[in-house]
Parts: sequence; structure tokens; C-alpha cells
Amino acid sequence: MEVSRREFLKLAGLASAGAVVTASSGALLTGCSPLIGMEDESLNAKNMGMLFIPSRCEEGCHDCIDACNKMHNVPKHDNKDHEIKWIWETEFQHAFTEYMENELLKERMEHMPFLVMCNHCANPACVRVCPTQATFRRKDGLVLMDYHRCIGCRFCVAACPYGARSFNFKDPQKGLQNPVPNPNFPKRTKGVVEKCNFCSERDIHGQFGSPELPYCVEACANKKGSLGESALIFGDLKDPEFIEQFEKIQKDEKLIPLRRKEIAGTQPKVYYLV
Amino acid sequence: MMYDTGKIVAGIIIFLAIFSVPFWYSQVTGDAEEVPNLDPALESLKAEGKQCVESVDYMRAKHMDLLNTWRDDVVRGADREYVSEEYGVTYDKSLTDTCLEQCHTNKSDFCDQCHTYVNVEPGCWECHNIVGE
Amino acid sequence: MIEKALTGSKKYWLWLGFCATLFGVGAAFYIDQLFNGLQITGMSRDVSWGFYLANFTFFVGVAASGVMLVLPFYLHDQKEFGKITILGEFLAVVACAMCITFVTIDLGRPDRLVNLFLHPTLNSILFFDIVVLSGYMLINIIVGWSILDAEHKGEKPRRFVKPLIYISIPWAASIHTVTAFIYAGLASKPFWLTAIMAPRFLATAFAAGPALLIIICLILRKYTDFDPGKVAIKKLSTIVTYAAIAGFFFLLCEFFTAFYSGAPEHTATLKYLMFGEGGTGLQPYMWGVMIATVIAIVLLVNPKTRYRDDTLVIACVLLFVSIWIDKGLLLVIPGFIPNPLHEFNQYFPTLKEAIITFGVWGLGCMVLTVLYKIAISVKLEVGDQEIEH
Repeated sequence: MEVSRREFLKLAGLASAGAVVTASSGALLTGCSPLIGMEDESLNAKNMGMLFIPSRCEEGCHDCIDACNKMHNVPKHDNKDHEIKWIWETEFQHAFTEYMENELLKERMEHMPFLVMCNHCANPACVRVCPTQATFRRKDGLVLMDYHRCIGCRFCVAACPYGARSFNFKDPQKGLQNPVPNPNFPKRTKGVVEKCNFCSERDIHGQFGSPELPYCVEACANKKGSLGESALIFGDLKDPEFIEQFEKIQKDEKLIPLRRKEIAGTQPKVYYLV
Repeated sequence: MMYDTGKIVAGIIIFLAIFSVPFWYSQVTGDAEEVPNLDPALESLKAEGKQCVESVDYMRAKHMDLLNTWRDDVVRGADREYVSEEYGVTYDKSLTDTCLEQCHTNKSDFCDQCHTYVNVEPGCWECHNIVGE
Repeated sequence: MIEKALTGSKKYWLWLGFCATLFGVGAAFYIDQLFNGLQITGMSRDVSWGFYLANFTFFVGVAASGVMLVLPFYLHDQKEFGKITILGEFLAVVACAMCITFVTIDLGRPDRLVNLFLHPTLNSILFFDIVVLSGYMLINIIVGWSILDAEHKGEKPRRFVKPLIYISIPWAASIHTVTAFIYAGLASKPFWLTAIMAPRFLATAFAAGPALLIIICLILRKYTDFDPGKVAIKKLSTIVTYAAIAGFFFLLCEFFTAFYSGAPEHTATLKYLMFGEGGTGLQPYMWGVMIATVIAIVLLVNPKTRYRDDTLVIACVLLFVSIWIDKGLLLVIPGFIPNPLHEFNQYFPTLKEAIITFGVWGLGCMVLTVLYKIAISVKLEVGDQEIEH
């Protein structure tokens, strides 16, 4: 017995050392989320983000949501449980649950619509937990889905602190017209997770001409008549010109920038100017 | 040690017979499919002065690998430009916009003919739409 | 040895037939799920994990608890466990197989399961979990089978077996720890974000698993000639008692942190479960589980009731069922309620979902019965000789 107990302690020591090493290497890896390479080096320095100014929204206008749903073939299912949402409208206390009990703030925000979507976090929890790297962070800061690789485990849905991810409980075609609204953009299959992609399919960096905007931003700018008055503004958070514009709006319209669920530590990149 | 030899041999024969169904089924039933032939289509494309992104032999053997690489490059790396190793020409890495739009406009003739024959079902069209179809 | 599973009483075949039917019906409904997607379940955009993963979590615990027989026998020379360690090892094998099945049926695209290994991702706990679970299953089938085979032939076990047994002990703890980390590592789910998740998982597992083994031992004693031994059952019941108390203590710790601090995110789910704030769907289960656990602990702590077979069985059944409901309905699911936007959406498994789940149970029972049949036949054949270790 003596010998085998000693034997055990040796093996247990080895095994736990192994476990610690693997676990800590895992922890090291999670410290920064891996970036997936891009051929064009100039994009590596970018960090795309969104500003949303609820006070600029017109009541009852859903042009941004409609444009997104149409251009991305987002299905519309009758059963609320199986809804697919990329960008949608909610109320202040749902978008900012941590201020739910702040009556003074709530009162001032109550009448305003709050758009919510994927925050394309700089430290995304979804990317950390995905077992196949089907969701990944591209070097320009976009958190994207590879629908070819997703196994539908929904770990990312559980990990997202914003509820921004939807799972295809049924064939998306069931909630779409035939042919689909935008034949140039693929639909998804049942069994994969999907979400806002900051219009990664568009030429948002202007690699092939003048830069295109995400459809939601474009729809808002069209409605308002100019990009300067849009409630949604898209840009590179590392670009000094964009930051200048960001600060100017804050100063001129006396607004402060909030981000959702700062406490989750994900470094979201959608700023709410309220 | 050996017993039930007859039963064992019979069992093995039945197993082999069932296991080899794919090899003799069409011979016996006579409903073998016609072997697809892409040559006429390729000839007429050639006559129009068109060439594929790589040589025909390469494409025959490796088109699925090439498309998979294109897919990963575009989806995961935003890398859209493909320079042909054979001809040095630059193409957009897109099955729908480059391959189907510019040359192989008839998907059922060009893709499905062979895929049906060898009974493979690429998942592409579950999501990607063929414009105009 | 395997031929021993092919002969048996009528009862044996009837039971196997029953398990096979359960499995068959479950499989038929799973085909429905393959065609129609996970919409046939009660899961939703908000409660995106349900009964499948809850059962997965529970059975990881059952698998880990096999170690509660292996450890005393091999490390503390508790000879009484010698006859039944094999039951623990085979239970672990079957539980692991069920876990892997539960994960697979929960996938939206099971056809892409192999992506887990084509694109291994070290920072994903789910990837780790599948690796440690498969490893644990492999270790236990090798160890269990070779020891049984050696006994059957009257030989000493092969030399590689012993190191494997020692590895299996920390490995058992690791499978349930890694499973707990799936939940405890998400900042998005305050209900799960607790450092005692892994210890709590282990405590409840070491109560539920041995409780199941006691029930199995008593069934075997009644319906077969195999006698697991009174002392072994007695010692198992002691393990169950301590583990159940530890598990309940951890639950009370959760209550304290949430309610005394009053941190809104941490209390929201508990208020929902206990007081029905936001929906009363799971409230009766929460109270039912707490009451059942207390009754079981009372029956177990009192030596008079612990050493009587009938009261022991009641305590074990109460514990097993309440821990199953606790992990099944009260841990995985309420983590999603309320959702990140503080909206309350209820979940309850659909009939189809339950049938598929019990199909996996049927599969498990079937394999377990066959393995136990082999083990017991061998044990009866070699008789009461001292087991080498």
C-alpha cells in the first residue's frame, strides 16, 4: 500500500501540474482575443465602432432596422421564441439594465428609442467561448460569424452579455419570401447562430472605391438628408478625425457617451450619446 | 475449436454480398446513369476566348479545395483578390460573381450534372442564392 | 466475457427490451429534430440551453462519482469496496457516453461535430470538456474491463492498469470542474458567475452518484445472487450523507451572498426561483427540491434511518431526483432568466424534448445493464476470493 500511495502522489502531482499548465495557457490565450489575419495590412490598425444618438431618432421610424433586415435576409418568424434579430429597438431600462432603478435617469430617457445590436466588442466573450472559432474578431475590429463552421452549440449565445445573438431554431426560409429580399446576400441554414456583422460584406474601408456605410447608417442618413444629422454614425475609433467628430457632437449637443454592460468587461464598441 | 463452420462461411458470404451492393447494383438493375460529359461546354467557352482561373485539369481535381480556400479567405480575412498561379491574372474570389456569373451560367449543366452523378451534395446553395434563378 | 451478456433470465430480456424501446422512440423523435431543427424543443432565443444540456451537466456528475468507490478502495485499502468498484467504473463509462450524446443532440449542426477537432480551440471550455470526458470514458472502460478480465482468468491485472487508476482519480474531479467552468466563466450570467460552482457541482455529484449506486446495489441484491456487502453500502451511505450536507451548505452560501449583498443582478434569478418574481414556472420545483433535500439529509444523518434499507432507499431516491431537478431545471435554465435585457421568458421542456432525453436514458440503461450483467456473472463465477489490487 505504501508504495502505491507514493506512486499515486507522483502521478497526481504530474496530472495536476498538467492541468494547471493547460488551464493557465488557456487563460493566457483568453487575455487577448485572437485576431484573424487580413491580407491588407492597412486594415489591421483599424477598430470600427458605432455611435448612436437616440435624441436624433424620429418617432416611429424604423428605416435602419428595415434596411438591415432586408439586405441581410433576416427572417421574420411568428413565434417570438425563434426570433432572429440583428438590430432592434428597445427601451432605456432594457438596454441599460444597470440604470433600471435610477428613476431620475429613467424618466428622462423613457420616451426615447434605444437601438441595440452586436457591440463588436474589443474583448468579446463570444469569441472566447466558441469551440471552433466560427465566431472570430477580424483585424479591423469586427466580430464576425463564419456560418460555414458554426456547429450550433449556442455557447456564444449564453456568453454574450447583450443578447445580441440569435439561433436558427428553424429553417430561415420559413420566415422569408421566395426569392429572398436580397439575392446577393446569402441566407443561413437552420442550426447556426447569427448576428449583426457591421455590414462586413460592404466595402466599409473603401478598398474598391469610396467607402460604403453599413445599411442601417445609410438608411438613417438618407432619411435625415445628410450624414451629419444621422442618429447612427459609423467609423474607426482609432481615427483621430472620427474621434474629433465624436467629441464635437458630445460638446455641441451636451451628451455623454455610455456603453452597455461595462461591468462585463467586454469593451463594447457601440457608444450611446445621451 | 472450430465449430459451426458452415454457418460462419454463409454469414461471411451474406455480409460480403450486402457490403458490395454499390459495386454491382447498377450492373444488375441496368439503371446506370450516363457518365457526364463537360467537354462540349468547355470547348464552346474556349471558343469564346475564355479561360478558367487555373488549368482545366487542376480545376477538375481541385475545384472544391480552391473554393474552400476562397471561402475562408473572404469570410475570415476579407481577402478578395485571387492571382491565378497558371496565368497570373487577378480574379475576385467569388463563386457566384466570378465562376457562375461570367462563364458557367448554367449551374444545372455545369455543377449539378457531375455532383448528381457522383452523389455529392455541396451545401453552398442552402444559403447562397443564384441571382436570376 | 462478452458472451455472458447474451444469456439471461426473462426479466433481464424484458428490461433490456424496455430500455431499447425507450431508446428507439427517442431516436425516432430525434430524427424529427434533425429535419425540423431545435424548434421542436422548448428552447428559445432567450433560454438557449435547456433540458439536454441540463441532463448533460447532471450526468457528468454521475460519471465523476465513480471515483467515490475507486478512491477508498485503491488509496485507503477499504477492501469492502473491492466487489463494487467495477460498478462505479462501468457507471462512469455509461454516464460519459450519455454526456457526449446529450451534447451532440443539443447541437444545431451535428453534422459538423467534427469541427471541434478540425479547429481545436484551447480557450473554449466546451472543447476542453469534450476532451476530458472522452478521456475519462476511455480510462474507465480500459481499467474496468482489464481488471474484470484478469479476475475472470484468475490472473493479476496487467501492469498498465494501476497507473491508469491513479490518473482516473484526479481526472474524475477534473471532468466536473471543467463542466462547472462552462457556466462559471461567463460574465453575462450573474447567476452562474460564482467561484463555488465547481465545488458545489462536485458535492452534489458525490451525493447523487453514490445514492444511485446504493439504489443499484440494493436492486442487484434483491434480483440477482450478487451481494455487494452490507459494509460497502454502509460506507457509501456515509459518503452520500457528507456530500449531501456539503452540497446543501454551498446552496445556502449562494443565498447568503446574493441576498445579503442585495446586488440586483445576483438576486434577480434567485427571486424568480424562490418568490416567483417574473414568473412562477420553476418556483414549485425550487421549493420541492429544498424540502426533499432537507428530508433526505435528516434521514441520512440519523443512524437509525440510515442503516435501515427502506428509509435509506427513500433518502437516496429523494436525493437523486432532487439533485437531478436541481441541475436540470434550477441551475442551467434560470441562468437565462431574466435575459440580458432583463426580460422574463419562461422555459419548460416540450414533450418531444423529454422523449428524446429519456431515449438517451434508455440507451444508457441498456448499455449499463449489459456491462453489469457481464461484471456480475464474472463475480459470481470466481466467487468470494480476495481481489488483487
